[in-house]
Parts: sequence; C-alpha cells; structure tokens
Amino acid sequence: MTALLDSIGYAGWALHALIWLPVLGVGLVLASEEARAKSVAFWWSIGVFVLSLGLWWAFDPAEAGLQMQSSVPWIPDWGVSYSLGVDGISLFMVMLTTFSTSIAILGSFNYIAKRERSFYALMLLLEAAVVGVFTATDVFLFYVFFELTLVPMYFIVGIWGGERRIYAAIKFFLYTAFGSLLMLVAILYMFWKAKTMLGVPTFAYADMLRIPLTGTEQLWLFSAFALAFSVKVPVFPLHTWLPDAHVEAPTPGSVILAAVLLKMGTYGFLRFLLPLFPVAAQHPTVVTTMMVLGVIGILYTAWVAAVQPDAKKLVAYTSVAHMGFVVLGVFALTVNGLQGGLVVMISHGISTGALFLLLGMLYERRHTRAIADFGGIARVAPWFATAFVITALASIGLPGTSGFVGEFLALLGTFESHPVIAMVATLGVIFAAYYMLPMVQTVFFNKLEKDENREIEDLSSREMVILAPLVALMIVLGWHPTPVLNRMEPSVRAVIERVEGANAQASGFDTAGIEFAGGPEVDDLDTRGESDAVTDSDPTPSGAEAGISADAGA
Amino acid sequence: MYAFLTALAQGGGDAAASEAGHFEPFLPGLVVLLPLLGFVINGILALKHGRDSAAAVRAGGELTFGDRKPATHTLPTWVGPGVMGLAFLITLVNFTRMLGAHLEEPVVVHYWTWIATGTFTVDAALQLDQLSMIMMMVVTGVGFLIHVFSVGYMKEDPGYPRYFAYLNLFVFFMLVLVMGSSYALMFVGWEGVGLCSYLLIGYWFSDREKSDAGKKAFIVNRIGDAGFLIAMFMVFANFGSLDYVPVFHDAEGLAYAGGLVTAITLFFFVGAIGKSAQIPLFVWLPDAMAGPTPVSALIHAATMVTAGVYLVARSSVLFALAPLTSAVVAGIGALTALFAATIALKQNDIKKVLAYSTVSQLGYMFLGVGVGAYAAGVFHLMTHAFFKALLFMGSGAVIHAMHEAYHSTHSHEDAQDMRNMGGLRAHMPITWATMWIATLAIAGIWPFAGFFSKDEIIWQTAAFGGAAGAPYTALYTVYWVMALAAAMLTAFYMTRMMVLTFHGANRTGAEESRHLHEAPVVMWLPLAVLAVLSVFGGWINVPEAIRASFLGGAGALPMTEWLHHWLEPLTAQAHHIQEEHLGELAHAAPFGGGEVMWAVISTVAAAIVVAVAIRFVGGRKVVAVAEDTTELTGLSKVLYNKYYIDEFYDRVVVRPIVQGSRFCWKVIDSLIIDGVVNAVGWIAKAFGWGISMFQTGSVNTYAFILTVGVLVILGASLF
Repeated sequence: MTALLDSIGYAGWALHALIWLPVLGVGLVLASEEARAKSVAFWWSIGVFVLSLGLWWAFDPAEAGLQMQSSVPWIPDWGVSYSLGVDGISLFMVMLTTFSTSIAILGSFNYIAKRERSFYALMLLLEAAVVGVFTATDVFLFYVFFELTLVPMYFIVGIWGGERRIYAAIKFFLYTAFGSLLMLVAILYMFWKAKTMLGVPTFAYADMLRIPLTGTEQLWLFSAFALAFSVKVPVFPLHTWLPDAHVEAPTPGSVILAAVLLKMGTYGFLRFLLPLFPVAAQHPTVVTTMMVLGVIGILYTAWVAAVQPDAKKLVAYTSVAHMGFVVLGVFALTVNGLQGGLVVMISHGISTGALFLLLGMLYERRHTRAIADFGGIARVAPWFATAFVITALASIGLPGTSGFVGEFLALLGTFESHPVIAMVATLGVIFAAYYMLPMVQTVFFNKLEKDENREIEDLSSREMVILAPLVALMIVLGWHPTPVLNRMEPSVRAVIERVEGANAQASGFDTAGIEFAGGPEVDDLDTRGESDAVTDSDPTPSGAEAGISADAGA
Repeated sequence: MYAFLTALAQGGGDAAASEAGHFEPFLPGLVVLLPLLGFVINGILALKHGRDSAAAVRAGGELTFGDRKPATHTLPTWVGPGVMGLAFLITLVNFTRMLGAHLEEPVVVHYWTWIATGTFTVDAALQLDQLSMIMMMVVTGVGFLIHVFSVGYMKEDPGYPRYFAYLNLFVFFMLVLVMGSSYALMFVGWEGVGLCSYLLIGYWFSDREKSDAGKKAFIVNRIGDAGFLIAMFMVFANFGSLDYVPVFHDAEGLAYAGGLVTAITLFFFVGAIGKSAQIPLFVWLPDAMAGPTPVSALIHAATMVTAGVYLVARSSVLFALAPLTSAVVAGIGALTALFAATIALKQNDIKKVLAYSTVSQLGYMFLGVGVGAYAAGVFHLMTHAFFKALLFMGSGAVIHAMHEAYHSTHSHEDAQDMRNMGGLRAHMPITWATMWIATLAIAGIWPFAGFFSKDEIIWQTAAFGGAAGAPYTALYTVYWVMALAAAMLTAFYMTRMMVLTFHGANRTGAEESRHLHEAPVVMWLPLAVLAVLSVFGGWINVPEAIRASFLGGAGALPMTEWLHHWLEPLTAQAHHIQEEHLGELAHAAPFGGGEVMWAVISTVAAAIVVAVAIRFVGGRKVVAVAEDTTELTGLSKVLYNKYYIDEFYDRVVVRPIVQGSRFCWKVIDSLIIDGVVNAVGWIAKAFGWGISMFQTGSVNTYAFILTVGVLVILGASLF
C-alpha cells in the first residue's frame, strides 16, 4: 500500500485534494439536477473518504512533527501562506471528518426534503472547511477555515432546522463569533510580535512557536484563544448554544456538529493553546480552572441531560459531558491523558454521531423527539433497538467499546497528575448510566401502548449501511485501539515535552511576567525543520510494540 | 486477528507455558471464544426471529410458541448449551492437566496488545492458575447445567434465541472476568456481566417493573464500578501496571497497613459491594429476581454476584496488607449475612427468599476473605454455587409448574407466592428431594457441602480474632457471634420455605392442582447433578481437625483440606504477611472450645432449628394469597418491607438527585446562563452594531457580509 501511494506521490497532494475536491464537489452538486444532488454528493464524499484512507499508510507513525507538509505563499505582504500538514493529533480528525461527512450525507436522504442542491453543496463546503481547520499550518489560514465552518453550519441550521432555527442559528453564531473575535485579536498581536522579533511578517505556525512571550503575555493570549476554543468544545458555562443548535439542526447538521465541529475546540487546545503558550498552559490557576470546568461539565451536564424530555437535547447535553473528559485529559498533560482525550474525541464522534442519526431516523418515523411519546419500540423494531442500545453503551463507555478506552485513559492520565480531580470525575460513569438508561428504557422498552408506535418500521437497508460501519468501529476500537494510539503517541509526547520544556525554562515563573524565550524544545514542532523535527529523547514506540500491533492487525 | 487465531490454535503458543511447572494449557482461548460464538449465532437468530415477531406485533397480534420457525428453536437449543458443554470439557482437560502439574507461578497466555499508549500497556491475555481454574470450573460447569435447564424452562418463551444469546454473552464476559490477567480485563468482564445482568433482568422488557429492575441493577452496579476504576488508577499510579503478576510481586514493597494499600483495597471493595450486593448497595439484587429464574440461578446466585469475592481473593496480597480494609470487608460481610437473613424470614415470594438468602451467603464469603481465609471464601463460593443454583432452578421448576397450573384455568394468581403453594411434594417428588438436599446444605447440616464451607468461615473468624497480634479483637468476636446467629436464621427461613412450598395441604386451588406436575427430565437432571455436588462438594476441603476427630487416621480421606492446598501457591504470600504481623491464629473460640467442638455445636443447633421450624411453620395455618387478610404489624411488617431501605434511598438519594438535576437545568442553565447570554444579545442590539441585521432572520444579509469579507481577503492577496 505504501509503495502504491508513493508511486502516485500521494503525500504531496493528498491534503490539498481533501480540501479542494469537496469544493469541486460543491460545484458539481450545484450543477446537477435537484433529484440527483444527493447521490452526487454522497458518491463524491465517498471518493473523498476513500482518498483520505491513504493517510493511514502514508503517515509515518514514528514521526512526531507535522508530515506531508507543503506551503504556497498566499498574501506575501502579510506573511500569510497557504500551508498544510498533518501529525498524529490531526490525522484521525481528518479521517473522522471525511468519514462523518459521507455518513451524514447518506443519513440526510429522507430528512432533507427542500432545496436539496444547496444543502448538499453546503455539506461539502463544510467538509472542506473542517479539513482545512485540521490541516492548516498557518495561523491565519487556520482562522479563515475556522470561521468558514460557521457559514455552512449557520445555513444548515437556519434553513433546514426546526421551528426555533433562527434563534438557534443566531445563538450559535453569536457565541462563536464572540469567542473567535478575541482570538483574532490575539493572533494579530502575535503577528505583530513575530514581525518585530523576526523581522519578517509571518503567520506560520512554526514561526509562532518561536516567538518569545512573557508569562503575562502568554496568559492574555492564552485566555483569548481558550475562550474561542472553549465556546466550540463547549466548556461549561459556555455550552448553552449547543443544545439549542442540536435540537434545531437537521440530523446531518447534528451529526457533523457533534462528530467534528466540537473537536475543533479541543483540537485547538492541543495544536495552539498548549504549544504556543506552554507557560500559561501549566500555570496552576489555569490548569485548575480548566480541570474544574471539565469536571463540572462531566457531572453537571450529565444531570441536566438526565431530566430532558427531548431525546435529542439529552444527547446534546451528553456531548458536553463527553468533551469534559477531553478537557481533563488534555490539561492533565500526561501521555495517557492526551491519548485518552484524543480517543474520546474519535469515539464521541462515532457514538454520538450515531445517536443523532438514530434519533433522526426515529424522528422521520414519528415526527417527535419527546421521549415520553415512545415506549416498547423494541417490539416492532428490534434491529433498530439493538443498534441504539449498542451505541448508547459505547457512549456511556462500556468496556469493549471505544468509549471505554477513551474515558479510561483520560481518567487514568488525569489521576497521574491530579488524583482528586480524577476521582471526582470518575463519578461521571455513574451519572452516564443515570442519563442514558432511563431514556433507552422509556423509548425502546416498557409496554407498547401507543398505536402510532406500532407502525414504526425497522431499519431499512440504507439505514443499516449507515449504522453498520459506525457500530463496527465502536467495537473494533474498543478491542484494538493500539494502532490508533501508536500513531498518536509521538505527537502527543512532543506536545507534552514542549510544555514541560517551557516549565524548565521558566521555573520561578509568576504572573508578573518573566521573559520566556522559546527554548531548545521549540524545534520539536518546527514545521519546516527536516532532520530535527523528531525529539531527541526518542519517544517513539519500541520496534517490538509496533511489531505486535502489525502482527495482530494482519 | 490472524496472530490471535494462530496463538489460539497453539493453545497460547507462549513460551511462558512450558516454563512454569509442567502445565501446558489446552486451548484456553477457546473456552472464552465458544460462548462468544454462541452469542453471535444466537444473536443472529434472535435478530431474524425479531423481524418475524415484529411483523406479528405490527399486525396487532403476538408471535406465540407455535408460530416460531423451527430453526429459531432447534439451533439455540443445541448451540446455547452446546458451546457451554464444550467449554466445560476444555476446562476439564485444563483442570486435569493442572492437577498433574505443580504449578508455582500463574501461566499467562498473551493474545494481542489491547491498549498501549506509550506509558500504559495492557494485553488481551488470559491467566491460568489455581484460582481462575476453580472459577472456570464453576462458571462453565454450573453454567452448562443452567443452560440445559433453560431449554426446558424457556421452551415456550417467544424470545427463545435472544435469551440464549444473552446467556452465552454473559458466560463470555464472566470468563473474561475470572480468566483475564489484569485488573483492566477483569473490569471488562465486570461491566460486561453487569450489562448481561441488565439485559436479562429486563428480559421481559414490556413489563415496566422488570425493565425498571434491570435499570436499577445497572445504575447501582455502576456506583461500585466507579470505585473499581479509582482503585485501578491508584494501582497503576503506584505499580505502573494493572497486570496481576507484577502488581502482586511489587506489592511486597508496600508498607503494612499503609494509607496507600488501605485506599486501594477500600476502593476495590466498593466495587465488590456493588457487584456482590452487600450493604449498602444490595438493593438491586432482590429486584433482579424479575429476570427468568435460570438467570437468577446463573447470574444472581452462582457466578456474577460472587465476582466481588473473587476480586478480594484474587487481590489477597493487597488485602492482607490492609488490616483496616479487611476488618471492613469482614464487618460488611457479617452484617449483611445477618441483616439479609432477617429479611428472608418474612418474604412470601419464593424467589425473594432465595434472593435475600444469596445476599446473606455472599456476606459469609466476604467474612471469610475478610478474616484472611481466602480459600474458605472461595470454598463457600463454590459450594454455594452448587446448592444455590439448585435451589433457584428448583424454585424455577416449581414456578414453571405453578404457572402452567394457573395458565390452564386462565387464573392470574401469583405463581411465585408460597402462600399459593403447599403440598407440592406429591406432585414434584424429584424437585422436592433435591431441594431438601440443598436446603440442608445451606443450613450447614453435616455432611452436606455447606456445612464444611460455612463452618470453616465461622471458625476462621474466631481464630483470626484470637490471633496474638490481631487488631480489633472484640470486633471479630462480634462478627463471629453474628455469623453464628445468621446460620441459625438461615436454617429457619430455608426450612420455612421448604415447608410452605412442599408440605402441608395444597393451596393452589382444586382445579389448578390437577395440572401440577414434575418438571421434564431436561430440567430435573441438572437438579439431580447439583444435588450430588451439594452432598459431596464439601468433602474436597474437610478441615484437618475434623478429619482427625471423626474420620480416622491420615490417609483415610485423601481430600483433606485439598482446596486449601490447591490455592496455596496464590494465598501463600498473603498468609505469610498475615503470620508476620498477626502471629499464629488462635486455637480456641472467644468463649472457649476448639474447632471441632464448635462445628458440632453449630451443626446440632442448625439441625434443631430445622426440626423446630418444620413443627412451627408446619403447625401454623397458611391460607392462599386471595384469602389472606392478615395485617402485618410491628417487626414482621418492618421485615416484610425490607426495613424500608428502598423507600429510604428513594427519599435521600434518588429524589434529591433528580430534583437537583431539574434545578441545574431550569435555574442554572435556562435562567442564569442563558439569561446572561440573552442579555448580552440585547445589549449588543441596543448598541445596534451588526446584530440588528440578524434579527431580521435574513440569511442573505449574513451571506452578503461574509462574501464581502472573503473578497476583501482575496483582494488583498492580489495587491
């Protein structure tokens, strides 16, 4: 496989193709007939997904820094470049995006009944923007993509959404715009700083890493970035846009929102917050604040979820709880914590995406989302019930599913650095059962009382095609996550080493501000470095381990 | 996967196997895989069958036994018990091989790396040693019998293949629990069996009460699971691994009675309390009786609920290092044993009596492992699996007969209430006889199995409390007295149950009683096998003192203290720690007398209680439920209502959480946070910048602004 990819120069153009092919798809969909728009969009997105699978082989698991990089000057006067790259942190986010987009498009065939061309065009545009977010290695480019994702999502909610779609869309926009405006200011400050320090205008991520920032500066900039990303994640108490957006969004919108858009926030933590502002990122007050907010997110939203009468809103709230585990894992700053956080991001994308799809299918049948309207559905739709129960169990982290691997590692990693917080967060597993099981019971079990529910059809073949890969992934990742973990490990270690390296530099740091010059570790993440991009302490997994996984995977 | 299959074919193919002792594991992976295979086959059948029955439901009807396609009956009938039988045979081969080997170190068979993050690694690997072997024998052996029994019991159930799918899946997870080589894998089994328990309790999910019971079991168990997780985090943080072998090896370095080991063991015990239904988390088990009765026998008596005991026995090294935790374990055990026994005195539902009896007997097991008698705890676990599985399946046979009797007259009387029974002996002689054997066994009458296992726990409690360096000596005296008292109560409530069910006049109804009949052979045969085990199962571990006093010279009974010696390689480390810090165990009970004397006293006393109960209960007039107008008062009422614990939890735990949840939603989320957000929106609007445009709801406006923005950027790039 690797030889084949090499022969077609895959590494050189793949990332660009993953952004521009969907854009081309937008044109194709708009040019196609209304009735054929969905199949054009679906097959196009499948093509993009298949193309993205090559990343698995083209990616070098031993390499910590960004790979498959390429850069083209875009606005030279401002030092803006169109440059892309992928590392262990973004690799699976990109694949998750292409996968979820295909699944979401297939899941909208029945749900979307008006202005289909525009809808599918927006879905593909969204895909392009999200892939851009995960692969951009220029901070300005990143920001453009980050904001660009808002547009299609805004329309998807605002046009194809439910009754209160305008309110939800505006709330979604306001929250996010508020956060990202401050981030823009922070980026511009760093641009200015970079220009003064380095003498040339630049937005390159690699250059941003070199800027020496005082502790105070780091704290301010950190706050601005953190706010933007925390809204996206969302971190308590910035989460109230999410339930409204989810409830009003059409099914595919919810799927993409849960599966990938939220991940842009936690991805931002890992890509920007920690490496760019390492001193601030481990300031005790900052870490404690973020971790406490993560724990509140886990427990508080679990409670709020448990009493929701609307099934979709319930699942929306559980997203906040799941992302709380990611926040914990990230700020734990341990290998297990970060790895766990990343696995939760993947797992949540799969299981919560699947839950939204299932609820959407239920809505198509009964035109209600109220939990109380159902009951005994397992009698008439046993396959449906089976798929739902497996997904729900993956969502609440039952061992043998991907959810367990992620939550377990995130908590384990948190315990290593913050035992008390981890112990409190572990209570989340109880409350996960508390919010999920009553909903499952009320919808699928109990007596089949209402006659309308008797008419509910079981899964169609199309729906099975949608759900089968999702369920399979939940179980495969639950039993064999190691190949994924292996690919993430070097990059995860690089992040931790950079942050801790800064700590060594700035010991005795206080908020009054001690000059912190980018230390020797800066080169670890140097996107342009060729030979020195791998950290010197060799964090790569031993050959034996890699051998085992390859063996078992054969 | 290929590597896994190759390893499987080679019986593990690991060099470790040949190094340790001369034990060559025989296809251990297949023991786990067979039930999983059964699950897959039965699961597919269940889904196919589900489609048919859904069509029937949609048409307004119901799929009955007669409409079932032959394949959905024949295949599960053979596959369900079949995979269990094969798994048992493979286990048996391994067991005989291990018998012949002198295994000093556990054999670990690796399959693949499950999770490896770089700093944390855990393998999918099975550990074969003396303890996991005993558990495998119980799980596959008793499990097989219960699967066979189920063929008869569930024959006419519309969800037949689904039932076997769940049951097979349960056994798969149970085997992962007992065979996994690390705490992480034990936890996979631990939550997995909890899932199957949930699915099987709520098996008849159309009944809201049953569905509720399943949910309750899952949630209460998860409280324990959180404790288990925290304990695992602590173990990893301090040992850098979750694998048993390195953890127990390094445990020697821990300080005796140190804070760390105490915390680890306490959190593990929280997990055990949940899974094994001990005070204060026992409330789910009585409700779990909502599931089909063979499920109660397999999951809620013989195997899953004993997982907590297995956990403590498995971690004997850690618990031996933590005298405080051990005292808590023993105390919770003794208290639960007594407490649950008092509730069992007043229950009328035959399964509820057995449920509380199980809670009580699990208490004994914890008392055993809490006083360092790990082998005794496992011993009682094993004998209890025999006689309690027998009792549950026997009650199943009774309920089955009662149900058919009422069904024949379309009566809606309660088929599980003992007040509707009586005199069943005449109709079901085999069930009657085998259940009496089990009753005598659980009552601790010599020479039945329960006598040896229970007596050993009671004696070890006394001996431990009297040890030279034992902490909290007075406490152990109390435990000992509680254990003795609970034993007497056990003899009483079990005899009461037997008398109400099988003796006296029949109260089922004149018409109905003619339909009462003995269970079919597929159901009574498993009862008979378990009856034999309930008689002789205890003889594998006859205490040396009793042998010497009653059974002639050494050599007359080759099995003396066999189980004790068998588990020695695993418990030696714990015993060594105990001896070092506590000194020799006492040879006399708190009030004088030795092991033999107290064994005789307790069995004679139990026999007297049985006799008294027969007379007392038999002499009282019992009327059928329909005619029963007795108002319970005082203590009886409190016992009948289970001390109102469920009501108490509802008030103090459940409702406040639900109300708190509503508060979080309505007040904090909707009122405060959204209030601030909307206020900001309003302020923004008041200032009139930008936002007013969106108030029109016109997406075109927004699109226009964005397009302009993009154009500006693009334009900048051109100049």
